[in-house]
Amino acid sequence: MSLSTLTKPWAATSYGFLDASAKRELRRKMLKAIAVPGCQMPYASREVPMARGWGTGGLQVTLTLVNPASTIKVIDQGADDGVNAASIRRFISRVSGAAETWDTLDASIVQSRHRVPEETLGDRQILVLQVPNPEPLRGVEPNISIARQMHADADYGKLWLTLYEQIVRKGRIMQGAAYPSMVNGRHVMTPSPIPRWDVPKLNMARHLTFLSAGREKRLFAVPPFTRVEPLVFSDRPYRVEDHADLVCRRSGVSGYFMNELPIDGGGSAFEVSDSNLGIKAIQQAEGGEAAIGPTWYRNGEFSA
Amino acid sequence: MSMDLGLPALERAAPQLMRAEPILTMAGISRRYGDVTALRNVDVTVYPGEVMGIVGESGSGKSTLLRMMNLEDTPDSGDYRLRLPRRDDGNLFDLARYERRMLCARHIGIVYQNPHLGLLMRHSSSGNVAERLLVAGERSFEVLRGKAREALEASEFPLTRMDARPIELSGGMQQRVQLAKAIALEPALLLLDEPTTGLDVSVQALVLDTLKRLQRDRRITMVLVSHDLGVIRTMADRVMVMRHGEVVEEGLADQVFQDPQHAYTQQLVHAKL
Repeated sequence: MSLSTLTKPWAATSYGFLDASAKRELRRKMLKAIAVPGCQMPYASREVPMARGWGTGGLQVTLTLVNPASTIKVIDQGADDGVNAASIRRFISRVSGAAETWDTLDASIVQSRHRVPEETLGDRQILVLQVPNPEPLRGVEPNISIARQMHADADYGKLWLTLYEQIVRKGRIMQGAAYPSMVNGRHVMTPSPIPRWDVPKLNMARHLTFLSAGREKRLFAVPPFTRVEPLVFSDRPYRVEDHADLVCRRSGVSGYFMNELPIDGGGSAFEVSDSNLGIKAIQQAEGGEAAIGPTWYRNGEFSA
Repeated sequence: MSMDLGLPALERAAPQLMRAEPILTMAGISRRYGDVTALRNVDVTVYPGEVMGIVGESGSGKSTLLRMMNLEDTPDSGDYRLRLPRRDDGNLFDLARYERRMLCARHIGIVYQNPHLGLLMRHSSSGNVAERLLVAGERSFEVLRGKAREALEASEFPLTRMDARPIELSGGMQQRVQLAKAIALEPALLLLDEPTTGLDVSVQALVLDTLKRLQRDRRITMVLVSHDLGVIRTMADRVMVMRHGEVVEEGLADQVFQDPQHAYTQQLVHAKL
């Protein structure tokens, strides 16, 4: 006797894994999140076959959005081939029948951890960002009830103060990822731990972005053509990472966000963080027909 | 005595004669916490540029009243009006939380007895002052820095320590940071809740000197709560004596101290003497 003989053969109990009531709740919350850009909506985060903190929030949103005609791309720190990204992509495809892709241009839903693809997303695409900590005020106000009141009152003085303190102590703003950003001039959100490089990509973008935290049970959204403005002092301009001149050692592309790799002898090499962009560049260089779409950055300068 | 010398003395002694319009008016303020009556039908009137002292024993309701003035609490009944340029907010207790916060940020400064209530201990002293300006909408780093420096200087805080965290400072220094934070936006009303309690006598004198100078130079209207009659005598133009949540006596400071009418005030004055 084996375990398999004691259990029923596997079959999906519901399309897209989540039951209908769960998806209905999520859809309502997603619509609310679109209606009030940047405002965090609580939801009853369900169990999915993955540990909390590994992208369960993003997964639940994707499972709610997906349909058999969808094409799914999942990236982890810009890479399609990470174990977590591959597992999530395969799972979504298995429970929904949606097609899988690595190509940003082909995808209808892009689920991502920590990056926004370099190729410009269009109005038929949805970006789902996995968020570990959705509360931008957590660092300044640990009491969640008071933090909610502060959001309601648009009371972001303490958040600004942390930026002031960074300039006083270090001479510049040190916030690397999850840079607090004002959405639609009203709510401050943390745009998940995407680097500063990626924040301008959300501003007045053509695509819809959902940001979902499964462990924290909250989601928020940036609808298309919505202002996303990093908090900056009027006399201290927002600066992205200084990656404009770095060259990818594998694909030879430059002017994009790079991963730094330590090499023997103490130096660093760089590889383009958006792995699919690098693959396309290599294929092009080898005479292939891979098409690189328009990108947010050109020659290291944001141009969208 | 010339008229020039005489007028300020008159102004100090009887501000209501000089300025008909009060800046602060509270009427019929009552507040109960369970079975305890913290305030019972209290009326307060404060005139521009004066220092109103509120004295009374512990539990007499003076700090509760100050919290009401700072809109941190709402009474069971009562009316509160502030006369501000180009504004008519009606009864301030009817304002929504956001409106209260913005009004307090712009027009009311407060110095608490406990600096932990008024300061962010993990942030720099200049940052504490800047926070008040940030809440009011200032977004230029250089302007924030400049105004914080100016306010700290006015509070006689050593600028070499402007980026030190309050937790690293002495009690007197912390009170100066609180004071700088309170006056940064040049408030119409400055509330002082036992600002010198817990400080040693020499530091007390320095803080009081700073307050007196600010009041003289900037004509800031102040409401000073203290159980220390010496402090009130030094600072106040008028005095309100509270006991068990009620005002038992009110008048010009010299008049109240020299010729107290109510038995409780007499007891207080004589106990002091």
